[in-house]
Amino acid sequence: MLQPTYRFRISTWLTASAFVIAGTNAALSESALDKYHEMLSDPFSNPAWFAVDRGEELWNTGLQDCDLGLGPGVVEGAYAQMPRYFEDAGRVMDADTRIAWCRETLQGIPFAQSAGQAFSDKGKFSEMQDLTAFVAAQSEDMPIQIPMDHAKEKEAVAIGEELFYRRASYLDYSCATCHGNTGSRIRLQELSQMTDPEQAGAVMASWPTYRVSHETVRTTRTSWCRDGILADVSGQPRDCPDDAAPHVGLSLANASSRYRVWI
Amino acid sequence: MKTALKMSAVLAACCVALPATAQEVSSEKLDAVIEAAFANASADVKNRIYQDETQAVCSKYRDNPPDELWDAVLEREQANIAYPESDVLMGDWQVAMKEANNGYGWRIGDDKPGRVVGGNCYACHQLAPDEVAYGNLGPSLTGYGKDRVIDDQLIKATYDKIYNAQAVLPCSQMPRFGANGFLTPEQVADYVAMLLSPDSPVNE
Repeated sequence: MLQPTYRFRISTWLTASAFVIAGTNAALSESALDKYHEMLSDPFSNPAWFAVDRGEELWNTGLQDCDLGLGPGVVEGAYAQMPRYFEDAGRVMDADTRIAWCRETLQGIPFAQSAGQAFSDKGKFSEMQDLTAFVAAQSEDMPIQIPMDHAKEKEAVAIGEELFYRRASYLDYSCATCHGNTGSRIRLQELSQMTDPEQAGAVMASWPTYRVSHETVRTTRTSWCRDGILADVSGQPRDCPDDAAPHVGLSLANASSRYRVWI
Repeated sequence: MKTALKMSAVLAACCVALPATAQEVSSEKLDAVIEAAFANASADVKNRIYQDETQAVCSKYRDNPPDELWDAVLEREQANIAYPESDVLMGDWQVAMKEANNGYGWRIGDDKPGRVVGGNCYACHQLAPDEVAYGNLGPSLTGYGKDRVIDDQLIKATYDKIYNAQAVLPCSQMPRFGANGFLTPEQVADYVAMLLSPDSPVNE
């Protein structure tokens, strides 16, 4: 079986709806979208690389000794092995959380400040997103291999799995409402089935991604805590500001579902 | 009757209905995780993260609760339906047809006073045949009123389903639009007309 590998991708799902709203018919939308996807499939046309460059500069000004799980300063391949349990912090962390933790311990930037700057806005970069993009890019084309040895990692998976089915908020949705089925669509947008390890793996391997409609790089945080935890399908990114455990659990549940398949 | 209903619920919930396994994580643990994550969140956000009893039951049993809890959801949600003051359950299909394409409302940041909140029906259902951008999470409703006898009973049943889908089918995937305060009773009546009126594009 093919080993899936991590890859930077450009995500265009909101753009797909834009085509629809423009009033084109289904056949036209599809061919226009195909062409659009083809254009964006050239890795050198991906604007996310600007974020990677900015992230590299930030990394090299104070974070060089950050331990992402493979030893202090080792960035290559680290993203492909997260989320994981970190002994020094005593908890399971994903890349975003670990970077924020390193910023606090190595640079004295309070964790809450990093969490509060997790998202870029129009004309305003997010150092956190840029750093995550940089770290992720150093795992380009590598297979995702989450360690999954520690009891806390197993607990995080179980939490993430329950959260996937947790219904809440004004629309009674859970993640599973839309992502538990095969062949489902919202409007013309096809939905990934996250209960299928292969599809979940493909999704996990495609973050961070450049969201054309947001004109910026987004990390898994954009989706998990906004849609998943808040069941709030809105255009505004939201984080779990005070403790990333739910988000980490969901990531781990999704990533590890593939881990079980590929091991 | 109950078994038949339940079968159809499993079919309707189809693809989500994994066998209800014992929870590896207790509900208390899960609530604690959520609470810690949003300890300092705004009132609006906090309002969204806590579950009501029905949401908690459906989550715990992955939309396939045991019989006694199934009945409890049905009873609770049937008591949770309100009707327009005018008692008119067939409203204006033209208004509803616009709202079926409108996804504004109740998202974080949707705070424009006076702006119309829409049910966004097309996200999940096919309705008028000339709209191609429809989702398929719910069944196609094209021609819904065409071959039916439009009487008070059908009108009320249609109203109840839109107002509170779980008063008809516990743990339905469809939002409880009226019961959750997402749409007003008057809006729900408009949607009834959209589905049932012979003049509605849905029944072309």
